[in-house]
Amino acid sequence: MSSQEPMIEVEDLTKRYGRHAAIDRISFSVSRGEIVGLLGPNGAGKSTIMRILACFMPATSGTARIAGLDVFREADSVRRRIGYMPENNPLHLDMRVREYLKFRARLKGLAIAESRDRVSVVMDQCGLSEVGWKIIGTLSKGYRQRVGLADALVHEPDLIILDEPTIGLDPHQIRAVRQLIKELGRHRTVLLSSHILPEVEMTCHRVLILHGGRVLAADTTENLQRRMSDSGQVVAEIAANPRELAACWDGMEGVEHFDVTPADGLYCRCALTPQHGVDLRVRVFETVLARGWRLRELTHSRHSLEDIFVHVTRADREEEEEEEEGL
Amino acid sequence: MRVLITLIRRELGSFFSGLGGYLIIAAMLFLTGVSFVDIIEAVNNDTIHMPLTELFFGSPFFWLILLVVPTPVITMRLFALEKFAGTYETLMTTPVGDVQVVLAKFAAAWMFFAVAIAPLLGVLQLVHHYASPGERFEWWTTASTFGGILLIGSSYLAMGCLASALTRSQIVAATMSFGAGLALFLFSFLQFSIGTQPGCLAKVVNHASLFGHMEDFVRGVVDTRPLVFHLSLVGFVLFLNVKVVESRRWK
Repeated sequence: MSSQEPMIEVEDLTKRYGRHAAIDRISFSVSRGEIVGLLGPNGAGKSTIMRILACFMPATSGTARIAGLDVFREADSVRRRIGYMPENNPLHLDMRVREYLKFRARLKGLAIAESRDRVSVVMDQCGLSEVGWKIIGTLSKGYRQRVGLADALVHEPDLIILDEPTIGLDPHQIRAVRQLIKELGRHRTVLLSSHILPEVEMTCHRVLILHGGRVLAADTTENLQRRMSDSGQVVAEIAANPRELAACWDGMEGVEHFDVTPADGLYCRCALTPQHGVDLRVRVFETVLARGWRLRELTHSRHSLEDIFVHVTRADREEEEEEEEGL
Repeated sequence: MRVLITLIRRELGSFFSGLGGYLIIAAMLFLTGVSFVDIIEAVNNDTIHMPLTELFFGSPFFWLILLVVPTPVITMRLFALEKFAGTYETLMTTPVGDVQVVLAKFAAAWMFFAVAIAPLLGVLQLVHHYASPGERFEWWTTASTFGGILLIGSSYLAMGCLASALTRSQIVAATMSFGAGLALFLFSFLQFSIGTQPGCLAKVVNHASLFGHMEDFVRGVVDTRPLVFHLSLVGFVLFLNVKVVESRRWK
């Protein structure tokens, strides 16, 4: 098996429930060592994709391969290679942590001695060493989530699939889980889903934005941001006469549009929209310096994934509405 | 095989890790005791020329307490609870075969059932101890009686297993398997009406009659016919069960 071969290869994958298509001709691929996020509102088809990849249910049409193995025909081999944590992280609440992880390791085909070693390793890795003898049902949600992660890791899978890994956790726990996922991503391929944008932004190398069962955008987080930042604004707070400021921006090269509003004290807030591909920040700074104004803030407002997400899904929605009107 | 043992251990453990399993055993024990007292009283008042085991296992009370009522309660959780809790998904995404899952669940239920009826041995020992020497029964009668209960019980447990695989609700599962078990039990009563008349139908009824099967076992007779009947019934129902589990992956 070459390392160039993609870890996940999905082609024209469709899953229908009756007439409703949960996912509709989705294609994407994930290379080894990547952390990829599936991002989308509830009902976008994230869990469906993950369940198909985890060999829990078949697709209506299309193919999905994991490490070159077909998820439908070679399900057993595929299952050995993936660690899957379903949505809401179901666990046997009556079992003790160590007991549960050992049970899972044995199910995944590890021998007794091997499973004992691996369980100790993953418990260490996930910070569970102190709760090994506790019954899972008595653990907090954060700890339970770690048990789920430890379970996904216990058989050293090539690919880890996590469905909404941080849902329902408090900010501290979210941080811890995110950190853990990042660490995992150093050696393994991780596919995770979320409807929380900052999470994907922080943990993933690449994002697939899903909506209504289709991939709307697939790119690295930086690229997506760059794509949006062309229309990003430069905001400067300068102590100067508003009229002078307006005249100055009016004459500046590369400024498409500007807006000057008085801020507190002597300061004015200037929002400058650059022409395509122009970085105004240096120009603004030099102008301020030349005129002897006082500058207290100069920022380039970068679009977050949230903006991108809203932007992309809105475009899609408008399209849909147009289609509906056309009918 | 390794996986099968792991699964069986887990399933058995789940019976005993909570109060549920102990409650089932306690309830069965209590009701067995009540029916035992009832029968002993009846025997004390009248002279009945019949071995005590036969009397005991001939009463409908016994059937309801040991088979028809407890088996759905034992099996209802097997699949339904896992589906409800979502652990079914984590189970079925490990490299475990559908057949292994079904066999493990059935085997665990069967073992639990064996444990739950074990106290009955104590009851029989009591009877044995206090019976007059002529009425004492031999160890093999006890053994075949127990074998019979376990055999008929396995049919009931297999039906319960299947019912549990069909739904996410434990109540629905229990109701379905109770219905099926009750039907099989009531069908046995036809032995006394249709079964006494000549004809093909009578043969069928007599063959399938649980009372007929048990009658042999309590006398220490191990006939292959009930053995084949129940083993094939279990085999068929578990086959359907595997198909139900597989159906998730049908396109």
